[in-house]
Amino acid sequence: MANPLKCDLCDKPATVHLTQIVSNKVHKVDLCEACAQAKGVTDPSGFSLSDLLLKASLNPEAAPGAMRCESCGFTQADFKKHGRFGCPACYDAFKGMLEPMLDGMHKGTKHTGKIPQAALARQTLHERLSKLELDLSDAIKSERYEDAARTRDEISQVKQATHQSPPR
Amino acid sequence: MTIASLIASPSELTDAASNKTAIVLMTRIRLARNLATQPFPGWAKPAQRTRIAEICTAAVTAATPLKRSLNVAVEQLGELEKQILVERHLISRELSGSKQGSSVIISKDQTVSVMVNEEDHLRIQVLRAGFQLKKTWTVINELDTALESSLDYAFSPTLGYLTACPTNLGTGMRASAMMHLPALVISSQMEKVVRAVNQLGMVVRGLFGEGSDASGSIFQISNQTTLGESEEEILKRLSSVLQSIIEHELNAREKLLEADAGKLFDKIGRAYGIMQNSHLLNSSEAMNLLSLIRLGIDLGVFPDANRSTIDRLFIEAQPGHLQHAQKGEFDPAQRDLLRAAHLRSEFANFVRPDFSLINSNGKN
Repeated sequence: MANPLKCDLCDKPATVHLTQIVSNKVHKVDLCEACAQAKGVTDPSGFSLSDLLLKASLNPEAAPGAMRCESCGFTQADFKKHGRFGCPACYDAFKGMLEPMLDGMHKGTKHTGKIPQAALARQTLHERLSKLELDLSDAIKSERYEDAARTRDEISQVKQATHQSPPR
Repeated sequence: MTIASLIASPSELTDAASNKTAIVLMTRIRLARNLATQPFPGWAKPAQRTRIAEICTAAVTAATPLKRSLNVAVEQLGELEKQILVERHLISRELSGSKQGSSVIISKDQTVSVMVNEEDHLRIQVLRAGFQLKKTWTVINELDTALESSLDYAFSPTLGYLTACPTNLGTGMRASAMMHLPALVISSQMEKVVRAVNQLGMVVRGLFGEGSDASGSIFQISNQTTLGESEEEILKRLSSVLQSIIEHELNAREKLLEADAGKLFDKIGRAYGIMQNSHLLNSSEAMNLLSLIRLGIDLGVFPDANRSTIDRLFIEAQPGHLQHAQKGEFDPAQRDLLRAAHLRSEFANFVRPDFSLINSNGKN
């Protein structure tokens, strides 16, 4: 994006220069004719600036180092190609390049809306269970049988709670 | 429920037309949701896509509004069937072109649809005729909460619902209204409106979303951003933008009548004449003529009762519906003949325009 004479999406000379204000932020885009056509910039009703900004901010030289998601194998190059992530864990893996991108894309960078209470509660219970199971095997290994018995009771309590929890 | 019986019954858009739907034809909200531990559909391998579809479909078909619904894999749908579902806004163009593992679940009354393995694992949508943001949100929020009781959603406390594309992060919500704005189009004010709406963080698109044209003076206005505001805040902002567009449209109608009523009556009268007598109509021209007749109804030139007929014809004039009604596939030239024939027969007994009945404030 540094050279205004070059298209933001490819390296051809830019002939279409567009300025749009989204949420009180000025966004400027320079494009060559072919990219402008392909992105529908010439059709004002169908043009989605956010998609374009998203792709434009994905130039590999814009972000340092090649990042990769350990969970699904998705790479930065894949993101540049698709404009979408590989899996939910990618949001951690690509955190560094995500933050500046979100700033221009959304009204804020922090979620203030709905929270999936039931799903989160379930997740917490699952986490607690796996921790307790770890504690149990530790206690058995180190022959702390009183601790083991207590942990086992706790596990069965948690398990009961998950089974008894109402469907919603 | 089968696809055939779904197509045979009217959709929410083609029915339930009333005065309230005069300018806002339809309200739609969709939520993008994903499972926490699965790759997004675009990156998932075929076996993973199948697994995702199984998990999602089991949860969705168990939810109350979607019991006894249509549940069909995209691969099992014919081209024409897919086109009809797109024309009714029940599936996206993207879903209709997607591969193995994608499916859709549509409620019997066609107000709720859930796409599985589109861009996200779940795209939940609720639509309602008329200006019904609050009601639509209540329905979709309940459905979402019900699904969450059995599905582990991908969610981050800071980024909200995690979606394949970062443009949908946060609430994952896109709320939109389909608006009929003929006077703003006739008086060349739409460009100005689009600019103003963009500045308020909302997007204006054509009838069928991104990249589609606005034939029939029908536009979709929706929120652009999804992160940093709650659902209620987004809906409130959208609602006030829609309210002000409605006022602008009503003012534009009044101005058109004041400045040159003859010119406006001529447009409406000619549209009526063409509907009764033409033999070739492409879908764009048909939409524009129907739009003028609908404006005539809003102004009192035709009786209110005819508005639902026009809203039905908006859909029936679309290529998919037209071909389905004629039981075959036709090339565009043949379709133009068939479309004109269908509209001629619909308008043969349509009440004549009466311009003395004009309701000068344009507000029905």
